[in-house]
Amino acid sequence: MGLSHLAMIKAHPDVQVEAVVDSSGYILDVLGKYTGLATFTDYETMLESVPLDAVLIATPTRFHGPMVRAALERGLHVFCEKPLCLTSEESQQLAALAAEKGLVTQVGYHNRFVGAFREVKELLDAGAIGRVTHILAEAYGPVVLKSKGTTWRSQRTEGGGCLYDYAAHPVDLLSWYVGAPIGVGGTILGSVFSENTEDEVFSTLYYDNNVSAQLSVNWSDESYRKMTTQITITGTAGRIHADRQEIQVHLGGAAPTVQGYEKGWNVRYTTELTENVWFYLRGEEYSAQLDHFVKRIENADLDGINSFASAAVTDRVLELLTIDAEAGPATRDAEAVVAAAAPAPRRGLLRRR
Amino acid sequence: MSENATLIETSAGATHMDRLLFGDNQFFGVNHMSEEKARAQAMRFQNLDAVLAVLDTAYDEGITTFMCTTHERIAEVAERVRSNPARYPDFRFYPCMPYAHKYADAVTEYGMLGAIRRFLPDEGMMNAMLRGGSSIAKKDAEGLITLLVDAEMAAFRGLSTPVIWLQNVVVDLLLGLGFTEAFVIFAQHIKKRYNAEPGFITMNLPLLLDALEKAGIENPLVCSNINKIGFRMSGGIEGYAEALAGRTCRAVAMSVFASGAIPAREAIEWISEQPNIQSIVFGASSQANIRSTKQLVDEFSGTRPKRER
Repeated sequence: MGLSHLAMIKAHPDVQVEAVVDSSGYILDVLGKYTGLATFTDYETMLESVPLDAVLIATPTRFHGPMVRAALERGLHVFCEKPLCLTSEESQQLAALAAEKGLVTQVGYHNRFVGAFREVKELLDAGAIGRVTHILAEAYGPVVLKSKGTTWRSQRTEGGGCLYDYAAHPVDLLSWYVGAPIGVGGTILGSVFSENTEDEVFSTLYYDNNVSAQLSVNWSDESYRKMTTQITITGTAGRIHADRQEIQVHLGGAAPTVQGYEKGWNVRYTTELTENVWFYLRGEEYSAQLDHFVKRIENADLDGINSFASAAVTDRVLELLTIDAEAGPATRDAEAVVAAAAPAPRRGLLRRR
Repeated sequence: MSENATLIETSAGATHMDRLLFGDNQFFGVNHMSEEKARAQAMRFQNLDAVLAVLDTAYDEGITTFMCTTHERIAEVAERVRSNPARYPDFRFYPCMPYAHKYADAVTEYGMLGAIRRFLPDEGMMNAMLRGGSSIAKKDAEGLITLLVDAEMAAFRGLSTPVIWLQNVVVDLLLGLGFTEAFVIFAQHIKKRYNAEPGFITMNLPLLLDALEKAGIENPLVCSNINKIGFRMSGGIEGYAEALAGRTCRAVAMSVFASGAIPAREAIEWISEQPNIQSIVFGASSQANIRSTKQLVDEFSGTRPKRER
């Protein structure tokens, strides 16, 4: 259970919270004592005893799969925190199960509800910067600043680590903007402090139509006050840079006419890109995504933002990055002894040594 | 105290609040508009002397109340003021607690209970451990909340802190959870132990006023984004207008300029026309901005509706 999820969803005017489940009896007792919520330490017991429309799951990632499945099998709509599962196969199975049952599913990639990142998507859909050639997706922040950690976030086996917990966000933005990659290369899952998981993630992602992306993520960077996610997109007719606060767009001479934008530099701030929410706790996007989920259930809308199917694409990328990082350098100095291993000899005097 | 500063007699009788309060976001790299600007500010104010120079400027312009988070660096500011009573005879702190990042980071690293244990006050450690320990064992929110408040207030010992605020991250979490008893515990402790007035910062003013009324906290002191374009005013600008006009409360307006999205004169003129606005809190880094804001507020102060009792 996430306390802030609970606070936000409990404040939603269309929602009645029927029960809360957490493995910590202590937190539950405090909640039960002071808020009157019905509490359970066992998820299955709760599912059996409380009639529900939907569940909201915010647990360590390794519990997501079985909990989501149990809910779907009972015909409940599911909002699950990101990433969906530790294997993309399981994510795809859950997406299929939800589709078969006609249930609404959503994963907590809240950046898709940030005004600036949403504006990027609209600009790309409008072809504002021409053909996209490259995207730089970054995230930095001060999460792990020394070698000891005691929660599940320090354990790769539980879905902790910079890749699943942090890099998943910019990776998901890439999935949103340019779809699934055809492959990845040069991935580094490096440790700065952590013993059992990675603290930094770097990689190159390859897409159809000669689009490429680079991922640069570090959650052990004390120079950032809090998590900062940034996207920089280069196209044949312009360039976009966005973070949570603002979007900076340069439209070149070849750019088409985009309403509200002019040729050259355009800057728009969160103050104009953000709509008010019914309840604000940590940022409009966290509330907005829950509201989206609620509205989708009300409207039986199965194809909204951040469905399981969309999250499964991101989970697959996370898997590819893990596999690629194991492989290490593609071109090793010690093995590529002879220059002849280089591309086929070229004619003429310019042949490389 | 400058001649122009407007003093308001509140219903509580004891608390005089200036019309204009000085905030601290600019000192800690918080900028809701631009990451670049936030970083530039973090660089500029890395040195405490740079912070103090701006505070001195504000103080000398007649803005003598500093509404600040309980960030570790504020302890150094407090120490400077404490050791120079002749320089700062009218300096007042309005502490806003807790400084949420240090708790959030600790919760991520140590889990909920581990984090609480790390923030017991330094003074009277044994006592605090007993109080905190038994509070934790009994699931007694009162013991725990008062303990954390005392830990946060340690840095301000011996200084004037007539208003003590609960930060929006905590207020709004409790509000969402429906844990309104915590507001009462906080308010009573602030009054009893610090002889100060409790204040509540929120991003959800209409909802909070409902909850405070239900909890029996009358004519509360609240602080919220209140600006002409409705930026970060959950419940909408109309909901705020209704709440401010119809409820008995005293509001401190923050984000009046919406991070610079509203021209200064327009912003101050608008806020001056809203009812029940007790004070305005703003942040600035230059003497020119501090002075011009003060002048604008003085200029429009005469025109605001007299709804305060």
